[in-house]
Amino acid sequence: MASAFEYAPAPESRSVVDIAPSYGLFIDGEFTDAADGKVFKTVSPSSEEVLSEVAQAGAADVDRAVKAARKAFEKWSALPGSERAKYLFRIARIIQERSRELAVLETLDNGKPIKETRDADLPLVAAHFFYYAGWADKLDHAGYGANPRPLGVAGQIIPWNFPLLMLAWKIAPALATGNTVVLKPAETTPLSALFFADICRQAGLPKGVVNILTGYGDAGAALVEHEDVNKIAFTGSTAVGKAIARQIAGTNKKVTLELGGKGANIVFDDAPIDQAVEGIVTGIFFNQGQVCCAGSRLLVQESIQDELLDALKRRLSTLRLGDPLDKNTDIGAINSAEQLARITALVETGEAEGAERWSASCELPSSGYWFAPTLFTNVTQAHTIARDEIFGPVLSVLSFRTPDEAVAKANNSQYGLSAGIWTEKGSRILAVANKLRAGVVWANTFNKFDPTSPFGGYKESGFGREGGRHGLEAYLDVR
Amino acid sequence: MSDNRLSVFKTYKLYVGGKFPRSESGRVYEVTDSKGKWLANAPQSSRKDARDAVVAARKAFGGWSGATAYNRGQILYRIAEMLEGRKDQFVREVADAEGLSKSKAAAVVDAAIDRWVWYAGWTDKIGQVVGGANPVAGPFFNLSTPEPTGVVTVLAPQKSSFLGLVSVIAPVIATGNTAVVVASADSPLPALSLGEVLATSDLPGGVVNILSGKTAEIAAPLASHQDVNAIDLTGADATLAKELEIAAADNLKRVLGPQPVDEGGAFDWSADPGTHRLTAFLETKTVWHPTGALGASGSSY
Repeated sequence: MASAFEYAPAPESRSVVDIAPSYGLFIDGEFTDAADGKVFKTVSPSSEEVLSEVAQAGAADVDRAVKAARKAFEKWSALPGSERAKYLFRIARIIQERSRELAVLETLDNGKPIKETRDADLPLVAAHFFYYAGWADKLDHAGYGANPRPLGVAGQIIPWNFPLLMLAWKIAPALATGNTVVLKPAETTPLSALFFADICRQAGLPKGVVNILTGYGDAGAALVEHEDVNKIAFTGSTAVGKAIARQIAGTNKKVTLELGGKGANIVFDDAPIDQAVEGIVTGIFFNQGQVCCAGSRLLVQESIQDELLDALKRRLSTLRLGDPLDKNTDIGAINSAEQLARITALVETGEAEGAERWSASCELPSSGYWFAPTLFTNVTQAHTIARDEIFGPVLSVLSFRTPDEAVAKANNSQYGLSAGIWTEKGSRILAVANKLRAGVVWANTFNKFDPTSPFGGYKESGFGREGGRHGLEAYLDVR
Repeated sequence: MSDNRLSVFKTYKLYVGGKFPRSESGRVYEVTDSKGKWLANAPQSSRKDARDAVVAARKAFGGWSGATAYNRGQILYRIAEMLEGRKDQFVREVADAEGLSKSKAAAVVDAAIDRWVWYAGWTDKIGQVVGGANPVAGPFFNLSTPEPTGVVTVLAPQKSSFLGLVSVIAPVIATGNTAVVVASADSPLPALSLGEVLATSDLPGGVVNILSGKTAEIAAPLASHQDVNAIDLTGADATLAKELEIAAADNLKRVLGPQPVDEGGAFDWSADPGTHRLTAFLETKTVWHPTGALGASGSSY
């Protein structure tokens, strides 16, 4: 689509962040090399530039970190809640102070647009610590009985799509309730967790309360396996979630799993089309669609399908894909070559199975990992792209005639994490929301998050809730 | 009544989908009292019986989870009413099953009836206790409500054949789940008789399904069943519980237990049950909606 004015480049400055050439593991308050000396490189997905080299944790490092966390647990859990609260408030405030730096860092390491890290990730990270800080001395009033006890050492494994935000979702409630943690960030996005380690030091957090182990899946598995870990919190794929559930069977470890999704975004014929289009775009193209609660299935009422798709394609043609540090960028880079290959393969399957592909015509940068916003029509419920989580900027469009049919199709999934409803009719919103088997339902909006709002899935999207009063239960000995 | 009168034995049958079938396998096994005296033959349920029970439970889920909480509360209370009238029968069966004196068995049955009353009162309160509005930092209405998980497999405690049984079934169905219950293997008769009470308490068929037999044989296909959403491992020993938990991971069933309730028979089922058995089989759904704004100056009234 021709535009009257071209955008001039408006890149955010990189000078605000100072990335060291190498980083160690953060164990017992110190940065240290891996026991076997292994390291790996982390690259910027938009340019393939090597950003830094970080230590690769192995089983020996996991053991060391768990021991440090165990040692720290005694004093940390015995601290008055009001003192733990003050540490968490300090962390929230330092994150706010350093949010520009962290936003740029996150965009460099993850590939997502600066407008998202600046306006969504970082404000939510600070808010999450601020929210749970306030709980630390009010646990008696949380509805879990008097003086609820922490579990002990929490092993936490987080994904690459919201590195620092997922860290906040894990660490803030764990610390507020008196647990100590060993956290493993994803191998493609280790940096913001290591910067967080520095924030812990600035906040004066006692040694060993937070330990950060950068590394691969084997380090995560060793953490799950470790016999002195009392709690496992995992966000990631359903396949790994099931493996964790099997691995901890028969132990006393408490577990919460936030896994995959295939969210249905349902648009009824009376919906405000322009708002629905914005909601669909937010639903599937926010963070390049690499969101577990993405609205990756569009269910549109048959009578407005053509009108809606025309409007949607028009809108997608205006999205700006490119340099994630540019403040005008809407679509950033895919996080890794591996993820790009997975998206590409699933899109090829969609075409091979007979769905009709449309992609926005936009120039892809010559280096880095990129995928143009894409939608499929003529999709049936049996198609792979209607069932499997793609975790990329790819929307599958299906149609329906009646609300009952919409609900049946929306619920026809192994997953049950999120759903959207677009209609002007209040009673229809409530009736459909009531029937949807999903943990989060957005009506006339999509992809909203808040530290006070519990988040988590039904069915194979996992169990347990993060956020809000509900999120405390995952870290308290109250089963 | 003459002492010479020959009594009429009861054929104990399963309770599935509101009906009383025998095991499709045609198998029965001998049930004895605590001293080894024969009491009855109980159906020895098969894998197919377990699957049939899941189908019945799934079919009942829409209606039961969609019923009002007030309605569910009245039906649970009705179960207590029906039990009260058949107390003598259950006292006898519990005394036989658990080797209790008549007065101790009567206390157990009383406690079980009271447990139904306790949970009857919970149906329309748990949503207020565990749900609520969330004060999000934006112009949105945001509400979290608990919803039933779905079809729940319940392995009833092996020792407490009636109070324990009621204590694990009632919280599951109070919140709108439907249940496939595996009765105590050695003492299934109070459970099978409970089916007769449930059938006359306005409880829709399929909401509770009761199977007797070898726990491991029935539990294995239920733990791996793709249309079962959760499993309560109370009646499983540690070895079986681990096997079932591994199988349950296949579709990420919610797993409760194993809990040390059967070890040495020491668990006190008469204690205040709290709410954890209610909340174990609930999902939290959070709904967002924009609130709009009525102008910066506030109310126009």
